[in-house]
Amino acid sequence: MISRFSLIMWLVSAGVIGLAFAAEGKTVNFVAIAMFFLFVIATLGITYWAAKKTRTAKDFYTAGGGITGFQNGLALAGDFMSAASFLGIAGLVYTSGYDGLLYSIGFLVGWPIVMFLLSEPLRNLGKYTFADVTSFRLEQTRIRLLAAIGSLSVITFYLIAQMVGAGKLIQLLFGIPYLYSVIIVGALMITYVAFGGMLATTWIQIIKAILLLGGATFMAIMVLIHFGFSFGDLFQTAVQNHSKGESIMAPGGLVSDPLNAISLGLALMFGTAGLPHILMRFFTVPNAKEARKSVFFATGFIGYFYILTFIIGFGAIALFVQHPEFFVNAKQIIVDNVPKIVDAADESKNLIGDKKALQGGENMAAVLLANAVGGPAFMGFISAVAFATILAVVAGLTLAGASTLSHDLYANVIAKTKDEQKEIQVSKIATFVIGILAIILGIVFEKQNVAFMVGLAFAIAASVNFPILLLSIYWRNLTTTGAFWGALAGLIVALVLIVISPTVWVDVFKNPEPIIKLKNPAIFSMATTFILTILISKIDNSKRAQEDREGFETQYFRSQTGIGAEGAVKH
Amino acid sequence: MDKKMIEKIKSDPDFQKLVSERSRVMVVLTLIELFVYFGFILMVAFNKEFLASKLGEGVVTVGIPIGIGVIVISFLLTGIYVYIANKDYDELSEKIKNKYIKEV
Repeated sequence: MISRFSLIMWLVSAGVIGLAFAAEGKTVNFVAIAMFFLFVIATLGITYWAAKKTRTAKDFYTAGGGITGFQNGLALAGDFMSAASFLGIAGLVYTSGYDGLLYSIGFLVGWPIVMFLLSEPLRNLGKYTFADVTSFRLEQTRIRLLAAIGSLSVITFYLIAQMVGAGKLIQLLFGIPYLYSVIIVGALMITYVAFGGMLATTWIQIIKAILLLGGATFMAIMVLIHFGFSFGDLFQTAVQNHSKGESIMAPGGLVSDPLNAISLGLALMFGTAGLPHILMRFFTVPNAKEARKSVFFATGFIGYFYILTFIIGFGAIALFVQHPEFFVNAKQIIVDNVPKIVDAADESKNLIGDKKALQGGENMAAVLLANAVGGPAFMGFISAVAFATILAVVAGLTLAGASTLSHDLYANVIAKTKDEQKEIQVSKIATFVIGILAIILGIVFEKQNVAFMVGLAFAIAASVNFPILLLSIYWRNLTTTGAFWGALAGLIVALVLIVISPTVWVDVFKNPEPIIKLKNPAIFSMATTFILTILISKIDNSKRAQEDREGFETQYFRSQTGIGAEGAVKH
Repeated sequence: MDKKMIEKIKSDPDFQKLVSERSRVMVVLTLIELFVYFGFILMVAFNKEFLASKLGEGVVTVGIPIGIGVIVISFLLTGIYVYIANKDYDELSEKIKNKYIKEV
């Protein structure tokens, strides 16, 4: 049944792609198309294999719990390195230089926090979702509901940003119209998750991580070969070429005042520690030892990758001066034996590092650099890698969302059932619902500015999921009522502050002035959650509160020793 | 696992050693990471000039090695944690398991 169904899905996707190419009638990069098909066929093969092995709820949510630390490290990196962080950060380095590095650093520093504070307790206490941990001693109904609200808001905002980005990127890379692009991504992610569950998703993450790390390594090495492995020469040439000159070597206007800098820093750091699709991966390894190993490898891969994107961005600045064809309305001129790319109409206007001058915009810097250092075939490869990156990330998000709906909401709040087969059924239905919803949202938000959504997703993760997880693991006095109202207040603060901030009030609603200057709400929303949760828990004298506190001993014991924790199943 | 057994294990010196060492390592490493990252962020916010100052003859600024350094330090800290945990925690929790729980 499953094999026939995925075959049909695949044929439909292939048909849509074929139609799309026919409709577009443009010249397309054949290496990109071939690579794309290879990836789709390989991942569908994996899904088919995984579907046969996925029988129980544990298989579906955690791949049976038998993934090794190294594999999970790659998969975590695959889940985390989105196309936004590959193309987006390389593009940001290309336009602003050092400021791109600020984002990379922010995205990385959450990992040690995940390692030190959460990885082992998560593994020792949890089963399928992080709400298993927060509701270990607290009341199931309210805490699962809270976790579902937190997770689903994070996933929704993150998914919209990914879908819109995916649609635009695929349109640009493959010439497939936006609508079809979004439908292809949605259909594939539903197939992977609904049939292959965590096992297929994990291997798709691993393959994607290897492709992305390999492709980025090759690009960075080609850039460095060009400069005889001298970083000094690379930076020297970049400064000479870039329209902003030496200012690309230091932090600029991106993080202007201390409050904005700290708030963004908090969101990036603690948001990582509250992303449901990342937290879920800790249940795929057999024990705490493998859990910590997986964070070590993930941190290494992600850190290495961000250093590569930095080299790639600077490589683009340094090398694009030889490629006027990468730009819109541009020409190359030679001034004092130095080539420059200038506006075709205005020779005084240096276009290197200009946000809009690049074909397809700043986010195409990495893809165009692939062309510059490896020719059209390698550009095709990198395009397909970017596509694989998007698919893997949305699949991870969809799985986390489906798990929240089926395990947290359906099995533990609505039906209160222990019937695993029923729960798996619900999770598959949930996967379809989320996938179709993602396609619809992707279409609805096509023309909207969704840039704020990733920042918002991180802020909510940092203000709702992370504080409750941390307090539930380490603070004896946390009560259900405190956690529930404290985190909801934090969520509301995050949403309200983002609406009146420059990123929404000005960029989306087109008002001339923002109501507040703060771009990311994390500093206030996190503080709200922590302070209110602690205050309410302190004064909470209900019967439930006593049970909550009494449960801490048993939980703390298991969190420390792993005795009684979920084990792996043998296949 | 009943309450009585937990009480018994809790007073075991091995368990107390495991918990106290783990908490100490956790707090110290977390504080170092927070200090490194927010130290860097505050430098970006308050002392851009320092990060923009030149490192030697070329165009490379002080900010480049510091920024890359934050990434490298973060990775090294996770390595230190794994090293300590592999060396001490697993052995201790294994010992506790063997002492009190037969079927595991």
